[in-house]
Amino acid sequence: MAEGIISRISGPVVIASGLEGAQMFDVVRIGDMGLVGEIIRIEGSKATVQVYEDTTGLRPGEKVINTKRPLSMQLGPGLLKSIYDGIQRPLDVLREQSGDFISRGKVIPALDQTIKWDFVPLKKKGDHVSPGEIIGEVQETPLIMHKIMVPYNVKGTLTDISEGKFTVNEIVATVQNGTKTDIGLSSWWTVRTPRPVLRKLPPEEPLLTGQRVLDTFFPVAKGGTAAIPGPFGSGKTVTQQQLAKWADSNVIVYVGCGERGNEMTEVLTTFPKLEDPKSKRPLMERTILVANTSNMPVAAREASIYTGITMGEYYRDMGYGVALMADSTSRWAEALREISGRLEEMPGEEGYPAYLGRRLAEFYERGGKAVVISPEERVGSLTLVGAVSPPGGDFSEPVSQNTLRVTRVFWALDASLASRRHFPSINWLTSYSLYADGMGDWYKNNVSATWIASRKEALEILQKESELQEIVQLVGYDALPEPEKGVLDTARSIREDYLQQSAYDDVDTYTSIRKQFLMLSTILEFGKMEADAIKKGITSVKVGQLESRKMISKIKWTKEDQVEQLVKDTKSKMQQEFTTLATEASR
Amino acid sequence: MTDISYKTLSKIAGPLMFVEGVENAAYGEMVEIKLPNGERRQGQVLDTRQGLAVVQVFGATLGLNIGDTSVRFLGETAQLAVSDEMLGRVFDGLGNPRDNGPKIVSKTKVDLVGSGINPYSREEPSEFIQTGMSNIDGMNTLVRGQKLPIFSGAGLPHNLLAAQIARQAKVLGGSENFSVVFAAMGITSEEANFFVKQFEESGALGRTALFLNLSSDPSMERLLTPRLALTTAEYLAYERDMHVLVIMTDMTNYCEALREISAAREEVPGRRGYPGYMYTDLSSLYERAGKIKGRNGSVTQIPILTMPADDITHPIPDLTGYITEGQIVMSRDLHRADIHPPVDVLTSLSRLMNQGIGKGSTREDHRSLADQLYSSYAQGKDARSLAAIVGEEALSDLDRKFMKVANDFERKFVNQGMDENRSIEQTLNIGWELLSELSDSELNRIKPEFIEKYRKKSGAGA
Repeated sequence: MAEGIISRISGPVVIASGLEGAQMFDVVRIGDMGLVGEIIRIEGSKATVQVYEDTTGLRPGEKVINTKRPLSMQLGPGLLKSIYDGIQRPLDVLREQSGDFISRGKVIPALDQTIKWDFVPLKKKGDHVSPGEIIGEVQETPLIMHKIMVPYNVKGTLTDISEGKFTVNEIVATVQNGTKTDIGLSSWWTVRTPRPVLRKLPPEEPLLTGQRVLDTFFPVAKGGTAAIPGPFGSGKTVTQQQLAKWADSNVIVYVGCGERGNEMTEVLTTFPKLEDPKSKRPLMERTILVANTSNMPVAAREASIYTGITMGEYYRDMGYGVALMADSTSRWAEALREISGRLEEMPGEEGYPAYLGRRLAEFYERGGKAVVISPEERVGSLTLVGAVSPPGGDFSEPVSQNTLRVTRVFWALDASLASRRHFPSINWLTSYSLYADGMGDWYKNNVSATWIASRKEALEILQKESELQEIVQLVGYDALPEPEKGVLDTARSIREDYLQQSAYDDVDTYTSIRKQFLMLSTILEFGKMEADAIKKGITSVKVGQLESRKMISKIKWTKEDQVEQLVKDTKSKMQQEFTTLATEASR
Repeated sequence: MTDISYKTLSKIAGPLMFVEGVENAAYGEMVEIKLPNGERRQGQVLDTRQGLAVVQVFGATLGLNIGDTSVRFLGETAQLAVSDEMLGRVFDGLGNPRDNGPKIVSKTKVDLVGSGINPYSREEPSEFIQTGMSNIDGMNTLVRGQKLPIFSGAGLPHNLLAAQIARQAKVLGGSENFSVVFAAMGITSEEANFFVKQFEESGALGRTALFLNLSSDPSMERLLTPRLALTTAEYLAYERDMHVLVIMTDMTNYCEALREISAAREEVPGRRGYPGYMYTDLSSLYERAGKIKGRNGSVTQIPILTMPADDITHPIPDLTGYITEGQIVMSRDLHRADIHPPVDVLTSLSRLMNQGIGKGSTREDHRSLADQLYSSYAQGKDARSLAAIVGEEALSDLDRKFMKVANDFERKFVNQGMDENRSIEQTLNIGWELLSELSDSELNRIKPEFIEKYRKKSGAGA
C-alpha cells in the first residue's frame, strides 16, 4: 500500500502528496482517523481526494493510505432488508458500534459476516460452467431466492461444489480452467462500472404501481426510466414511497439521497409493517434502503446513487425485475457541483459542472430490460425512477432539463394541485409517457381490448375541461351550454373519483389494474349516459342528483374483492335511473 | 502548538486572513487573534495547507494589520461548554455572557459541528404539540421533533406568531420538562427586546437560553450563533431529557453571511450569488431537529425567515422548504385584511401532520375535516377571484356557498386574538361550524360516519 501525507484541506476536498502510483478513483484512508475518500484528480505526485466523511480536525502532515482499489462493494445474500449509508455501511451496525450520532473513520462490512446461509447447488462436479451461469441458490428472504452466479471472467469445469451452510466469505465451488477460481457466496464489484449485459430489450410490459394516475395515464415500463420533478411540498417523496411500496417488482432499491432524516425514519418504521399485496409478506423482504440524509457528508451523497444502482444491477442479473427510486437526483447533482467548485473547475450552467448532463445520462443508461450474461436465456429488468427538486419549481433549470432529455416518462408534480390537496398532484396535462403506445398489446391481452380507447377518451375529456375552464373564467359557469356542463361533470368525476388517490387510506392506497379498468369504464359510461340524457333535454343539475353518481364516488373506497359487485350494482342503477329520467322528460 | 503565536499574516481580504508559515493547522481549528492594540478576536481555519492557513475572522477586521497582529492556534475545533446553568441566561453570538453574569463553566464540552444523527437511531416524531393556533393545530399540525419554519416577509408579524407558539405550546396529557433556546441572527435590538419581554411575561425566561447576535454585531458571528444554540438544545434534549423548542430568527441574515464569506473566498456562486453548498450548510442546521430512540428529550425547530420581496422561489426559502418538514407561510393580503395570524393555509404544509393526529392523539375526524376545509377553502378562493371578474351574480349556487366558507374560514378559523389559546376540540368544532353551509353530499372528503357523528355534536349544520 502506498502512503502519502495530507498537504491541503478545504471542506470535503483533501490534497495528498507523495502517493506514488495512485490511480483515478482509488479509495484512500485519510488522516489518523482513517476517513474514507476517493481520488478524483491526479497531478504529478499530488492526488485530489473527495472525502466521504466530515474533515473537521484533520491537519496537513497526517498520513494518507492508498488501498489501491476503486470504491467497490460486496454483493451477496444479506443485502435485502438492509439499510445502508452512501458508501454501503449498514446503519444498524454503525449504531451499535458508534452510538446515535455517526462517528468517523468506521469501516464496517456491508454484509453480515457471521450468518450461515443454506446453499443449494444446482450444478454438480464436472459440469462445464460459463460466465453468469447460476451454480446454486440461497433462500435470502422468503420472497427472494438469491442466485449464486459464475463471475463474468470465469469459465471452465467445476472441480468442486459443496452443499450446506456457509457464510458470505466462504467458498462454495471451484472452477478449473488452466487456473483455479474459487466462487464464494459473495463477490465484489466496483460501483462506478456498470455490470454488463448481453443485449438490451425494448420495454413493453408496464410496471404496475397501483397508483391510478400512473398506471392508467402515464405508465412506466419494466426497465424504463421516469422522472418526477416537483417543487417542495408537491408530493415527490410520497409518490416515490408509494412506488417503493406497491410497484410489482421483485426487488426494490430505495435511495434517499440528501433528503430528510425523519423521512428516512418514516420509511424505516413503516416498511416492515407493510405487506406485499400478492405474497402477504413484509415488504422489507424485497427492499434495500440506502439512506444518505442531507446532513451526511456531501461526497458520500454523490456515491450513494452508484451504490444503489450497483445492487439493483446485481439482482437484475439474477433475472429479477428491479425498481430503483432515487430521491432526489437534484441533491446528487448539487453534490457534484459542490465538489466541482472545490476543485475550481470551470462551471457550466448555474454553477453545475459541464459534465452534469453526461453523468445523468450515464446513470439512466444503467437501467433497462436486458438479456443478462448467461448461457441460458435469462431476462432481468431495472427500472429507474428519479425525483428532481427544481429550485423554485422551475423546470427550466439544468438538472430537470438534462433529466428530461434521457428519461421517457415525465410525471410533472404541480404545486397548485398540491395546495388544493389533490393528491397525487401529478398534472395530467403536462405529464407524458413514451411507453404507453408500445405497451398496447399487453393491455389488450391482460386488461381489456377497450383499455387504450378508454384511456384516450379520459385524457381528451380532461383536455376539453381545461379549455372550458378558460371560458368559464370569462363568462361564468352559468353561461355554458348544457352539453359542456356535462363534459365538466365527467371531467370532475375523473379528477375526484379516479385521479385523486389517498396514500393514507388502507383501501385506496393501492388499486389493481382490474379495479382501475372497472372504475374508469363506469365513470366514462356515466358520462356517455349523461350526454345522451342532456340531448333529451334533461339538465346536468338533475343528473348530478342521481344516486348512482354517489355510488361511483364510493368505488375507490371499496375493497378489491367487493368491487366487481359494486360496479355491477352501480351500472344497473345507472341504467334504471337514466331510463326513469328519460321517461319523465318525454312525458 | 498552543503556545506559538504567528505574526506572519500575508493578506487580509474581507473577513479572511492569510497566515503563512503554519505547518499543520487543523481544518476547522479555532484561533485567537491579538490586535496591535491588545484587543482579542476569534477566528476559525477555513482552508489549510502546509505553510498557509486561511482564517475566517469572527468580528470586524478593523484594526488588523500585517506585521503586528499575532495569531494563536488553539489546537481544538469549535466547542461549547454546556450545562443546565445556561437556562435563564443571555449570550452573545459567540456564546459569551451578555447579561453580566459569570461565564459558563462545565466539564462537558461539545463540538459545535455535531455529527449527524444516524437515521436508524431516529424516532419518528409523532407527539402532537398543541400550539393553541387553529391554523397550525387544525390544518398544519406541529409534532415534537419537527422542523417547521415560518416563511414571512418584511413587516409581517412573524415574531408575534413565534412568541405566541412558544408561550402556548404544550403536549396534551404530557408532563412538562420544556425549555426554549432562542437564536437571533442579525435582528434589531428592538426585536430582541420584544422576545425577551415575551419570555419574561409568560414566566418562561427561567427556562430559556438566548443567543443574541444583533444587526450591529459582526455578521461573521452569525455563522456560529445557530450552531451554539443547537448544540445547547441537543445537550438539553439528549442529556437532560428536556423537550426543547429552538427558535431561530432570521435565517435570511444567516444566509447573507454565508454568501459574504463565500464571495470573500472567491468561490463559484450558485443561484443569486449564494454558494452552491448552501443546501448542505442549511441542512447541517435543520437536520439537528428530531428525536432519538431510547432518549426522552426532543429538539423541535421553528426557524423564521423573511422572504426577500415575498418571493417563495428565492433560494433561501426554496432550499429551506426542501429540507424542513413543511412551512408556515405568512400572507400580506391577510395581514392587510387585519387577520391575525395572517397565515396562508393553502401554501403552508406540515409533512408530519399525519403522524401526530387522529384517534388517540387529537380526534378521529381530524384528517378528513382538514382535507375538507382545505379543498373547500381552495374552491372558495377560486370562486372569489372568479366573482371579481364576472360578478357574484354569475356564480353558481355552489360556488357562492364555497365563497362564504372561504370568507368565514379566514375570519373565524384563521383569525384569532394574540391571547386566544384554543384547544384542539375548539379548533375542530369551529371547522365543523364553517362547513354548515354545505350539504352532506358536498362534504366529499369526509366519511359519512364522521359527518353523522360530529356534525350533530358540534351543533352545526343540517
